[in-house]
Amino acid sequence: MINEAEPPLSLQALQAGDRAEFARLVEVYSTPIYRLALKMLAREQDAEDVLQNTFLKALQHIREFEGRSSLSTWLYRIAANEALMLLRRKRPEVSIDEEASEAEESLPLPEQFTDWCCLPEQEFATTEARRQLDQAIQKLPEKLRVVFLLRDIEGLSIKETGEVLNLTETAVKTRLLRARLALREHLAAYFSERLLSET
Amino acid sequence: MPSHLHTHDISCQELLASIGDYVEGDLAPELCREIERHLAECEHCRVVVDTLNKTITLYHASAHEIILPDDVRGRLYYVLKLDDLRPKRP
Ligand SMILES: [Zn+2]
Repeated sequence: MINEAEPPLSLQALQAGDRAEFARLVEVYSTPIYRLALKMLAREQDAEDVLQNTFLKALQHIREFEGRSSLSTWLYRIAANEALMLLRRKRPEVSIDEEASEAEESLPLPEQFTDWCCLPEQEFATTEARRQLDQAIQKLPEKLRVVFLLRDIEGLSIKETGEVLNLTETAVKTRLLRARLALREHLAAYFSERLLSET
Repeated sequence: MPSHLHTHDISCQELLASIGDYVEGDLAPELCREIERHLAECEHCRVVVDTLNKTITLYHASAHEIILPDDVRGRLYYVLKLDDLRPKRP
């Protein structure tokens, strides 16, 4: 999802305080970071706060960056933490519930078995369909949401997603599958309706 | 108890547990074949796998729709004191 900078960003220049190089970093990563924050928080003002705080922190801490992960992983990590912090500040009660539901639990069984894949393509492009996609993301518990967004919206690998969130690859896979199955249920409920109205 | 995989077909429950690796294309060929055999015979699981893939595809496609609004971008460069270096958008 990221169009890598051409020529590649120079970490040396960034750490030496080169403003032009930092502006290039902003140009490359501001859209992905904003998108992650917006999908995570669903409020434009919150997304903008996360965006600004992410780059302010990056500017402040770039000298401490050791290059063990890629720059993008490092930025996503700052952004994901900012977004999760903001969510917890707003709804501190949510995270407690979520601690309980972890990997040991068996996967929820699928409930929707209608095959809506065959709907005409324009059905998937309507404003309402897009609203349903966004709404489904918002219904995910935040720990699943952030994994899904990094992997399936931002296009990070399982390994990179684990690096961003400090999770093992197994934990990433488990959360990703839970997220995808939950999204499928939500979309199936909506698109099955559409299928009925088609016929 | 992986040994029973060789003698019996996998159940819907077992398929669900491997579905993540299956859609990622990360499964051992042997287990992959087991799954495909199951999918050929089990309509429910086939629909789950197909609509799961469709779900992922729809989200992938939706990622490109968001671009940073100009005013948000302007304020970002401003708070970073990089206003003078903000490239003009085409
Ligand atoms: Zn089945």
